[in-house]
Amino acid sequence: MPKVKVPRKSTVVDMTAMCDVAFLLLTFFMLTSNFVAKEPIVVAVPSSISEIKIPERDIATVLIDKDGKVFFGLDTQQDRKELLDYVGQAYSVSFSEKELTEFSKISMFGVPIGKMKAFLALPTEARDSKEAALGIPADSLNNEFSTWMKTARKVNRNLRLAIKADSQTPYKVVKSVMTTLQDINENRYNLITSLEQVSTK
Amino acid sequence: MAEMQVQDKGKKGGKPKTKKHATRVDLTPMVDLGFLLITFFMLTTSMLKPQTMEISVPSKDKVEEDEQNKVKASQAITILLGKEGKLYYYFGATENGVEPELVETDYSSEGIRKMLVSKNAEVMNNVNQLKLDKANKKVSEEDYLKKLSEYKSAKGAPTILIKASDESSYKNLVDILDEMNICNLARYAIVDITPEDLGMIDKKTPPAK
Repeated sequence: MPKVKVPRKSTVVDMTAMCDVAFLLLTFFMLTSNFVAKEPIVVAVPSSISEIKIPERDIATVLIDKDGKVFFGLDTQQDRKELLDYVGQAYSVSFSEKELTEFSKISMFGVPIGKMKAFLALPTEARDSKEAALGIPADSLNNEFSTWMKTARKVNRNLRLAIKADSQTPYKVVKSVMTTLQDINENRYNLITSLEQVSTK
Repeated sequence: MAEMQVQDKGKKGGKPKTKKHATRVDLTPMVDLGFLLITFFMLTTSMLKPQTMEISVPSKDKVEEDEQNKVKASQAITILLGKEGKLYYYFGATENGVEPELVETDYSSEGIRKMLVSKNAEVMNNVNQLKLDKANKKVSEEDYLKKLSEYKSAKGAPTILIKASDESSYKNLVDILDEMNICNLARYAIVDITPEDLGMIDKKTPPAK
Protein backbone atom coordinates (compact mmCIF):
# COMPACT_ATOMS: atom_id res chain seq x y z
CA MET A 1 0.00 0.00 0.00
CA PRO A 2 1.32 3.36 -0.83
CA LYS A 3 1.88 5.66 2.05
CA VAL A 4 -0.55 8.52 2.32
CA LYS A 5 1.44 11.64 2.11
CA VAL A 6 0.37 14.21 4.59
CA PRO A 7 1.01 17.58 3.11
CA ARG A 8 3.25 19.63 5.30
CA LYS A 9 1.66 22.73 6.62
CA SER A 10 3.49 25.74 7.82
CA THR A 11 3.47 26.01 11.60
CA VAL A 12 3.66 29.77 11.56
CA VAL A 13 0.50 31.34 12.92
CA ASP A 14 -0.39 34.92 12.37
CA MET A 15 0.41 36.61 15.65
CA THR A 16 -1.09 39.99 14.82
CA ALA A 17 -4.48 39.25 16.31
CA MET A 18 -2.97 37.83 19.46
CA CYS A 19 -0.75 40.84 19.76
CA ASP A 20 -3.74 43.14 19.42
CA VAL A 21 -5.56 41.38 22.20
CA ALA A 22 -2.53 41.41 24.45
CA PHE A 23 -2.00 45.12 24.10
CA LEU A 24 -5.65 45.90 24.43
CA LEU A 25 -5.70 44.11 27.76
CA LEU A 26 -2.46 45.76 28.72
CA THR A 27 -3.93 49.19 28.06
CA PHE A 28 -6.98 48.32 30.07
CA PHE A 29 -4.98 47.20 33.06
CA MET A 30 -2.69 50.17 32.89
CA LEU A 31 -5.55 52.60 32.89
CA THR A 32 -7.62 50.97 35.58
CA SER A 33 -4.82 50.09 37.90
CA ASN A 34 -4.01 51.69 41.14
CA PHE A 35 -1.16 50.08 42.85
CA VAL A 36 -1.44 48.20 46.04
CA ALA A 37 0.05 50.38 48.70
CA LYS A 38 2.72 48.55 50.58
CA GLU A 39 1.89 48.08 54.20
CA PRO A 40 4.51 47.43 56.81
CA ILE A 41 2.46 44.72 58.45
CA VAL A 42 -0.19 42.29 57.37
CA VAL A 43 -3.59 43.09 58.69
CA ALA A 44 -6.65 40.88 58.41
CA VAL A 45 -9.60 43.22 58.45
CA PRO A 46 -12.94 42.06 59.79
CA SER A 47 -15.80 41.60 57.40
CA SER A 48 -19.00 43.55 57.27
CA ILE A 49 -22.01 43.91 55.03
CA SER A 50 -21.26 47.54 54.35
CA GLU A 51 -20.92 48.25 50.66
CA ILE A 52 -19.63 51.78 50.81
CA LYS A 53 -16.42 52.08 48.88
CA ILE A 54 -13.53 54.04 50.16
CA PRO A 55 -13.07 57.40 48.42
CA GLU A 56 -10.43 57.59 45.71
CA ARG A 57 -8.22 60.33 47.00
CA ASP A 58 -7.18 62.26 50.08
CA ILE A 59 -7.07 59.39 52.47
CA ALA A 60 -5.10 59.10 55.63
CA THR A 61 -4.91 55.52 56.75
CA VAL A 62 -4.41 54.52 60.33
CA LEU A 63 -3.26 50.96 60.54
CA ILE A 64 -3.51 49.11 63.83
CA ASP A 65 -2.02 45.67 64.08
CA LYS A 66 -2.73 42.76 66.41
CA ASP A 67 -0.29 43.93 69.04
CA GLY A 68 -1.72 47.42 69.04
CA LYS A 69 1.04 49.07 67.08
CA VAL A 70 -0.13 52.10 65.18
CA PHE A 71 0.96 53.01 61.67
CA PHE A 72 0.09 56.02 59.66
CA GLY A 73 0.08 56.83 55.98
CA LEU A 74 -1.00 59.50 53.53
CA ASP A 75 -1.76 58.79 49.91
CA THR A 76 0.00 61.61 48.09
CA GLN A 77 3.74 62.07 48.00
CA GLN A 78 3.68 65.85 48.21
CA ASP A 79 1.56 65.73 51.35
CA ARG A 80 3.91 63.25 52.97
CA LYS A 81 6.85 65.53 52.42
CA GLU A 82 5.12 68.48 54.00
CA LEU A 83 3.87 66.29 56.81
CA LEU A 84 7.32 65.19 57.88
CA ASP A 85 8.62 68.72 57.60
CA TYR A 86 5.96 70.10 59.92
CA VAL A 87 6.08 67.23 62.38
CA GLY A 88 9.85 67.55 62.47
CA GLN A 89 9.46 71.19 63.37
CA ALA A 90 7.01 70.34 66.12
CA TYR A 91 9.49 67.97 67.71
CA SER A 92 12.45 70.19 66.75
CA VAL A 93 14.05 67.58 64.56
CA SER A 94 15.16 68.97 61.24
CA PHE A 95 15.16 66.78 58.20
CA SER A 96 17.28 67.32 55.13
CA GLU A 97 15.78 67.54 51.66
CA LYS A 98 17.07 64.07 50.93
CA GLU A 99 15.38 62.63 53.97
CA LEU A 100 12.12 64.34 53.10
CA THR A 101 12.21 62.89 49.60
CA GLU A 102 13.05 59.51 51.03
CA PHE A 103 10.11 59.77 53.40
CA SER A 104 7.71 60.76 50.64
CA LYS A 105 8.35 57.40 49.01
CA ILE A 106 7.12 55.46 52.00
CA SER A 107 3.41 54.81 51.81
CA MET A 108 3.03 53.89 55.43
CA PHE A 109 5.29 54.15 58.40
CA GLY A 110 5.30 53.35 62.05
CA VAL A 111 8.33 54.72 63.84
CA PRO A 112 8.62 57.15 66.72
CA ILE A 113 9.85 60.54 65.61
CA GLY A 114 13.07 60.10 67.56
CA LYS A 115 13.97 57.10 65.44
CA MET A 116 12.78 58.56 62.17
CA LYS A 117 16.22 59.72 61.05
CA ALA A 118 17.73 56.30 61.60
CA PHE A 119 14.76 54.71 59.86
CA LEU A 120 15.16 56.88 56.78
CA ALA A 121 18.86 56.08 56.63
CA LEU A 122 18.10 52.38 56.37
CA PRO A 123 18.19 50.74 52.97
CA THR A 124 14.76 50.18 51.46
CA GLU A 125 14.66 46.45 52.14
CA ALA A 126 15.52 46.83 55.79
CA ARG A 127 12.57 49.15 56.38
CA ASP A 128 10.13 46.31 55.95
CA SER A 129 11.77 44.20 58.60
CA LYS A 130 10.00 43.39 61.83
CA GLU A 131 12.47 45.42 63.86
CA ALA A 132 11.73 48.57 61.91
CA ALA A 133 7.99 48.30 62.49
CA LEU A 134 7.85 49.82 65.93
CA GLY A 135 4.57 51.63 65.75
CA ILE A 136 3.87 55.25 66.49
CA PRO A 137 3.50 56.01 70.19
CA ALA A 138 -0.19 56.69 70.72
CA ASP A 139 -0.67 56.52 74.47
CA SER A 140 -1.55 59.42 76.65
CA LEU A 141 2.00 59.89 77.91
CA ASN A 142 3.58 60.44 74.56
CA ASN A 143 0.99 60.86 71.90
CA GLU A 144 2.92 61.36 68.70
CA PHE A 145 0.08 59.94 66.71
CA SER A 146 -2.06 62.89 67.68
CA THR A 147 0.60 65.25 66.32
CA TRP A 148 0.86 63.34 63.06
CA MET A 149 -2.88 63.43 62.62
CA LYS A 150 -3.21 67.09 63.45
CA THR A 151 -0.41 67.95 61.06
CA ALA A 152 -1.86 65.80 58.33
CA ARG A 153 -5.08 67.72 58.67
CA LYS A 154 -3.14 70.95 58.38
CA VAL A 155 -1.37 69.76 55.26
CA ASN A 156 -4.51 68.60 53.53
CA ARG A 157 -7.87 70.03 54.56
CA ASN A 158 -9.94 67.50 52.64
CA LEU A 159 -8.38 64.50 54.22
CA ARG A 160 -10.63 61.54 54.94
CA LEU A 161 -9.67 59.24 57.71
CA ALA A 162 -9.69 55.48 57.40
CA ILE A 163 -8.99 53.10 60.23
CA LYS A 164 -7.74 49.71 59.23
CA ALA A 165 -7.37 47.45 62.18
CA ASP A 166 -6.79 43.75 62.51
CA SER A 167 -9.81 41.82 63.63
CA GLN A 168 -7.88 40.50 66.62
CA THR A 169 -6.84 43.94 67.82
CA PRO A 170 -8.00 44.43 71.38
CA TYR A 171 -10.69 47.05 71.66
CA LYS A 172 -8.60 48.87 74.23
CA VAL A 173 -6.15 49.98 71.55
CA VAL A 174 -8.87 50.94 69.13
CA LYS A 175 -10.54 52.91 71.85
CA SER A 176 -7.40 54.84 72.67
CA VAL A 177 -6.97 55.72 69.00
CA MET A 178 -10.59 56.78 68.78
CA THR A 179 -10.27 58.88 71.89
CA THR A 180 -7.18 60.53 70.48
CA LEU A 181 -9.09 61.34 67.33
CA GLN A 182 -11.96 62.68 69.36
CA ASP A 183 -9.60 64.89 71.29
CA ILE A 184 -8.41 66.58 68.14
CA ASN A 185 -11.91 66.86 66.75
CA GLU A 186 -11.74 64.18 64.12
CA ASN A 187 -15.22 62.84 64.43
CA ARG A 188 -15.92 61.20 61.12
CA TYR A 189 -13.97 58.28 59.90
CA ASN A 190 -14.22 55.10 57.95
CA LEU A 191 -13.54 51.66 59.26
CA ILE A 192 -12.08 49.52 56.54
CA THR A 193 -13.67 46.11 56.28
CA SER A 194 -13.94 43.39 53.73
CA LEU A 195 -17.16 42.31 52.18
CA GLU A 196 -19.15 39.60 53.85
CA GLN A 197 -21.79 37.47 52.27
CA VAL A 198 -24.82 37.64 54.43
CA SER A 199 -28.04 35.79 54.17
CA THR A 200 -30.67 38.30 55.07
CA LYS A 201 -33.54 36.66 56.70
CA MET B 1 11.87 37.14 9.80
CA ALA B 2 13.84 40.12 8.80
CA GLU B 3 16.49 39.04 6.41
CA MET B 4 19.25 40.91 4.75
CA GLN B 5 18.69 41.24 1.13
CA VAL B 6 21.85 41.15 -0.83
CA GLN B 7 21.20 43.12 -3.90
CA ASP B 8 22.85 42.06 -7.04
CA LYS B 9 24.06 44.88 -9.18
CA GLY B 10 22.13 45.40 -12.30
CA LYS B 11 23.80 43.44 -14.95
CA LYS B 12 22.60 45.19 -17.97
CA GLY B 13 22.60 48.73 -16.67
CA GLY B 14 18.84 48.61 -16.58
CA LYS B 15 16.76 49.31 -13.56
CA PRO B 16 17.97 47.19 -10.71
CA LYS B 17 15.16 44.89 -9.70
CA THR B 18 14.50 45.33 -6.03
CA LYS B 19 13.20 42.24 -4.50
CA LYS B 20 9.97 42.77 -2.66
CA HIS B 21 10.47 42.66 1.10
CA ALA B 22 8.26 40.41 3.02
CA THR B 23 6.01 42.73 5.03
CA ARG B 24 5.43 40.09 7.64
CA VAL B 25 7.20 40.51 10.90
CA ASP B 26 7.25 37.79 13.44
CA LEU B 27 5.12 39.10 16.28
CA THR B 28 5.75 36.32 18.76
CA PRO B 29 8.25 38.22 20.95
CA MET B 30 5.93 41.21 20.95
CA VAL B 31 3.05 39.07 22.16
CA ASP B 32 5.30 37.60 24.79
CA LEU B 33 6.17 41.05 26.00
CA GLY B 34 2.54 42.09 25.96
CA PHE B 35 1.45 39.21 28.09
CA LEU B 36 4.34 39.65 30.44
CA LEU B 37 3.29 43.22 31.10
CA ILE B 38 -0.34 42.20 31.49
CA THR B 39 0.65 39.67 34.08
CA PHE B 40 2.64 42.30 35.93
CA PHE B 41 -0.23 44.75 35.99
CA MET B 42 -2.73 42.12 36.95
CA LEU B 43 -0.66 41.08 39.91
CA THR B 44 0.15 44.53 41.17
CA THR B 45 -3.23 46.16 40.86
CA SER B 46 -5.93 46.11 43.42
CA MET B 47 -9.11 46.00 41.46
CA LEU B 48 -11.33 45.76 44.47
CA LYS B 49 -11.42 48.77 46.62
CA PRO B 50 -11.87 47.94 50.25
CA GLN B 51 -15.24 48.36 51.82
CA THR B 52 -15.65 50.84 54.57
CA MET B 53 -18.07 51.50 57.29
CA GLU B 54 -18.67 55.11 57.99
CA ILE B 55 -19.11 56.13 61.55
CA SER B 56 -19.23 59.49 63.14
CA VAL B 57 -18.78 59.98 66.81
CA PRO B 58 -19.98 62.97 68.79
CA SER B 59 -17.34 65.58 69.35
CA LYS B 60 -15.88 66.19 72.77
CA ASP B 61 -17.96 69.19 73.77
CA LYS B 62 -21.10 67.54 72.49
CA VAL B 63 -20.61 64.54 74.74
CA GLU B 64 -21.31 66.48 77.86
CA GLU B 65 -24.44 67.85 76.35
CA ASP B 66 -25.53 64.37 75.43
CA GLU B 67 -25.15 63.20 78.94
CA GLN B 68 -27.77 65.66 80.00
CA ASN B 69 -30.47 64.29 77.79
CA LYS B 70 -30.12 60.79 79.03
CA VAL B 71 -31.49 58.07 76.91
CA LYS B 72 -34.96 57.11 77.92
CA ALA B 73 -34.54 53.94 79.91
CA SER B 74 -37.54 52.24 78.39
CA GLN B 75 -36.10 52.48 74.93
CA ALA B 76 -32.53 51.73 75.75
CA ILE B 77 -30.86 48.46 75.01
CA THR B 78 -27.34 48.12 76.25
CA ILE B 79 -25.07 45.67 74.53
CA LEU B 80 -21.94 44.60 76.33
CA LEU B 81 -19.07 43.11 74.43
CA GLY B 82 -17.14 40.78 76.65
CA LYS B 83 -13.96 38.87 76.17
CA GLU B 84 -13.53 35.90 73.87
CA GLY B 85 -16.46 36.85 71.72
CA LYS B 86 -18.97 36.85 74.55
CA LEU B 87 -21.94 39.11 74.16
CA TYR B 88 -24.49 40.32 76.69
CA TYR B 89 -27.40 42.67 76.60
CA TYR B 90 -29.91 44.17 78.96
CA PHE B 91 -32.86 46.48 78.64
CA GLY B 92 -33.20 49.74 80.43
CA ALA B 93 -30.75 50.91 83.01
CA THR B 94 -29.82 50.37 86.60
CA GLU B 95 -32.49 52.13 88.60
CA ASN B 96 -32.56 52.63 92.35
CA GLY B 97 -29.84 50.09 92.70
CA VAL B 98 -31.87 47.43 90.97
CA GLU B 99 -29.86 45.89 88.21
CA PRO B 100 -31.64 44.84 85.04
CA GLU B 101 -31.37 41.25 83.99
CA LEU B 102 -28.32 40.51 81.90
CA VAL B 103 -28.84 38.10 79.02
CA GLU B 104 -25.99 36.31 77.36
CA THR B 105 -26.18 35.82 73.63
CA ASP B 106 -23.92 35.47 70.61
CA TYR B 107 -23.15 37.16 67.31
CA SER B 108 -25.11 34.74 65.17
CA SER B 109 -28.30 35.64 63.39
CA GLU B 110 -30.18 33.57 65.96
CA GLY B 111 -28.66 35.48 68.83
CA ILE B 112 -28.37 39.20 68.99
CA ARG B 113 -30.00 39.83 65.63
CA LYS B 114 -33.17 38.03 66.58
CA MET B 115 -33.51 40.19 69.64
CA LEU B 116 -32.78 43.40 67.79
CA VAL B 117 -35.14 42.58 64.96
CA SER B 118 -37.94 41.79 67.36
CA LYS B 119 -37.35 45.04 69.19
CA ASN B 120 -37.23 46.97 65.99
CA ALA B 121 -39.97 45.10 64.14
CA GLU B 122 -41.94 48.11 63.06
CA VAL B 123 -39.00 49.86 61.48
CA MET B 124 -37.80 46.63 59.90
CA ASN B 125 -41.18 46.10 58.27
CA ASN B 126 -41.35 49.62 57.00
CA VAL B 127 -37.85 49.51 55.59
CA ASN B 128 -38.33 46.12 53.99
CA GLN B 129 -41.53 47.33 52.36
CA LEU B 130 -39.70 50.40 51.16
CA LYS B 131 -36.89 48.33 49.71
CA LEU B 132 -39.43 46.18 47.93
CA ASP B 133 -41.07 49.26 46.51
CA LYS B 134 -37.76 50.51 45.35
CA ALA B 135 -36.95 47.23 43.67
CA ASN B 136 -40.28 47.46 41.85
CA LYS B 137 -39.49 51.05 40.92
CA LYS B 138 -42.44 52.43 42.82
CA VAL B 139 -40.42 55.04 44.64
CA SER B 140 -37.68 57.26 43.30
CA GLU B 141 -34.16 57.28 44.64
CA GLU B 142 -34.69 60.59 46.40
CA ASP B 143 -37.89 59.54 48.10
CA TYR B 144 -36.28 56.32 49.07
CA LEU B 145 -33.45 57.97 50.93
CA LYS B 146 -35.76 60.47 52.54
CA LYS B 147 -38.18 57.85 53.71
CA LEU B 148 -35.43 55.57 54.83
CA SER B 149 -34.01 58.07 57.23
CA GLU B 150 -37.53 58.96 58.32
CA TYR B 151 -38.39 55.38 59.13
CA LYS B 152 -35.12 54.75 60.85
CA SER B 153 -35.48 57.68 63.19
CA ALA B 154 -39.05 56.75 64.07
CA LYS B 155 -40.07 57.33 67.65
CA GLY B 156 -40.51 53.73 68.65
CA ALA B 157 -37.09 52.63 67.53
CA PRO B 158 -34.84 51.51 70.35
CA THR B 159 -31.64 53.25 71.24
CA ILE B 160 -28.63 51.01 71.45
CA LEU B 161 -25.72 51.66 73.72
CA ILE B 162 -22.70 49.68 72.71
CA LYS B 163 -20.27 49.16 75.51
CA ALA B 164 -17.17 47.30 74.62
CA SER B 165 -14.95 46.01 77.36
CA ASP B 166 -11.20 46.26 77.01
CA GLU B 167 -10.91 42.54 76.39
CA SER B 168 -13.18 42.50 73.39
CA SER B 169 -11.61 42.63 69.97
CA TYR B 170 -12.04 45.05 67.13
CA LYS B 171 -13.88 42.38 65.20
CA ASN B 172 -16.56 42.30 67.86
CA LEU B 173 -17.08 46.00 67.50
CA VAL B 174 -17.36 45.82 63.73
CA ASP B 175 -19.73 42.89 64.02
CA ILE B 176 -21.99 44.81 66.31
CA LEU B 177 -21.93 47.91 64.13
CA ASP B 178 -22.80 45.60 61.29
CA GLU B 179 -25.79 44.30 63.17
CA MET B 180 -26.93 47.89 63.61
CA ASN B 181 -26.92 48.26 59.84
CA ILE B 182 -28.64 44.96 59.25
CA CYS B 183 -31.35 45.72 61.75
CA ASN B 184 -31.83 49.26 60.43
CA LEU B 185 -31.04 50.84 63.73
CA ALA B 186 -30.00 54.43 63.34
CA ARG B 187 -29.79 55.36 66.97
CA TYR B 188 -26.76 53.83 68.51
CA ALA B 189 -23.73 55.05 70.32
CA ILE B 190 -20.45 53.60 71.37
CA VAL B 191 -20.06 54.33 75.04
CA ASP B 192 -17.39 53.58 77.58
CA ILE B 193 -18.11 50.60 79.73
CA THR B 194 -18.81 51.29 83.38
CA PRO B 195 -17.59 49.33 86.40
CA GLU B 196 -21.19 48.36 87.12
CA ASP B 197 -21.49 46.74 83.72
CA LEU B 198 -18.28 44.87 84.25
CA GLY B 199 -19.56 43.73 87.62
CA MET B 200 -22.69 42.41 86.00
CA ILE B 201 -20.66 40.42 83.51
CA ASP B 202 -18.54 39.02 86.31
CA LYS B 203 -21.62 37.89 88.15
CA LYS B 204 -22.94 36.22 85.04
CA THR B 205 -19.82 34.28 84.22
CA PRO B 206 -19.39 31.18 86.33
CA PRO B 207 -16.35 31.36 88.57
CA ALA B 208 -13.24 29.82 87.11
CA LYS B 209 -12.52 26.29 88.17
